[in-house]
Amino acid sequence: MIIELIKKEFLLEFRQKSTIGGVLVYVVGTIFVSALCFKGKLDKPTWNALFWVITLFTSVTISGKSFLKETGGQALFNFLHYSPVQFIVAKMLYNMAFMLALSFITFFFYGFFIKNEVENLGLFFVVLTLASTGLAAILSLMSAIASKANGNFAIMSILSFPVLMPLILVVIRISKQAVDGIEWAGVGFNFIGILVALNVLTIALSFLLFPYLWRD
Amino acid sequence: MKNWYKIFSVIFILYTLVWGLLNPVPRLDILNETIRNVYYHVPIWFAMLGMMTVSLIHSLLALTKNNITNDTKAYNAALVGFFFSLPGLTTGSIWAKYTWGTWWTFQDPKLNGVAISILIYLAYFILRFSVDDEMKRARISAVYNVFAFVMMNVFIMILPRLTDSLHPGNGGNPAFAQYDMDNNMRMVFYPAVIGWILFSFWLFNIKNRISFIKNKLND
Repeated sequence: MIIELIKKEFLLEFRQKSTIGGVLVYVVGTIFVSALCFKGKLDKPTWNALFWVITLFTSVTISGKSFLKETGGQALFNFLHYSPVQFIVAKMLYNMAFMLALSFITFFFYGFFIKNEVENLGLFFVVLTLASTGLAAILSLMSAIASKANGNFAIMSILSFPVLMPLILVVIRISKQAVDGIEWAGVGFNFIGILVALNVLTIALSFLLFPYLWRD
Repeated sequence: MKNWYKIFSVIFILYTLVWGLLNPVPRLDILNETIRNVYYHVPIWFAMLGMMTVSLIHSLLALTKNNITNDTKAYNAALVGFFFSLPGLTTGSIWAKYTWGTWWTFQDPKLNGVAISILIYLAYFILRFSVDDEMKRARISAVYNVFAFVMMNVFIMILPRLTDSLHPGNGGNPAFAQYDMDNNMRMVFYPAVIGWILFSFWLFNIKNRISFIKNKLND
């Protein structure tokens, strides 16, 4: 059932070439504008902060629409055919996969247009992965809420930014270590632990809370 | 006598407002006389945290029992909590100007935590305004309230690990911690905490009664 739902999501996304193309152009455009604004004069902390700000805004924009198309007849169909837990799991897994791909693409273009400051790439990729899954998980639930609240984009960002803060602050902290090229022995593993815990916590809360959003 | 807590809250708050300015306080470096802010600033935050917890409990009840009354109460508690955050911020900011030399700083986890919780409240209110259907609004805003409350507590637990707090009592600053507050101060501080918390429940009660009357009038 869950796999079927994820397949459906992928089909819908890739059938409409405008969405997937739009996302790519959005990311590349944002990075290019930042590159022109900074003209390559970034020190390491700024590089790090700018990268995560771009990732944050992209993820809110992308995930914001993940529930928006589930309205009217489509919502009724989903309600009759799937259980809420199946549905939220499918949405989350799909968003996580999408966000993961997107953040690596963002990193590639960011390195290409601005520059690549990361010295401990392994650690950076671990952070990037955990951040993407965490962002996707939180934003899936927020998107579900926003879509019920007449789903305009402003609501989505207003709801998301404050609850994303713990994740983003921890991510920036470890990512800074990766950028500075700290050896694995000196890495703050308790922060990685917090990231994993945040992921698990968000998923658990979504399981508990989503069924209440489900029925209309 | 069901109004006992109102009387206590008025007596306690008046007593702490007056005696808080008159009683002797220990001379500590940097803090000096500003330590008196502990009588006003800290209890107001305690009252706000109390109201947030009340709001969370009513949101959980609204979800499980699926009724409007609890939702209204959750909203009223959030309003009262938000109301308390304003004097909490102002007293803190004025105090910070005289001890840290700045109105606001990003170096302190408590300040960031407060900023985030105010943003969460505002998001919660805006979410409520944007849904017209009552039952739907009750469910959606309760879900957000529960999720945001958990995230905010995570935030409050994580942040102190990221930066040392500048607040007295944290990171080696002269403190409002137990060993820095002498018995004279405790005589004011504890009544102030009780007084402000009782006062927040009084406001909460009034808000609920107004909502109840409005509901009756609409029916």
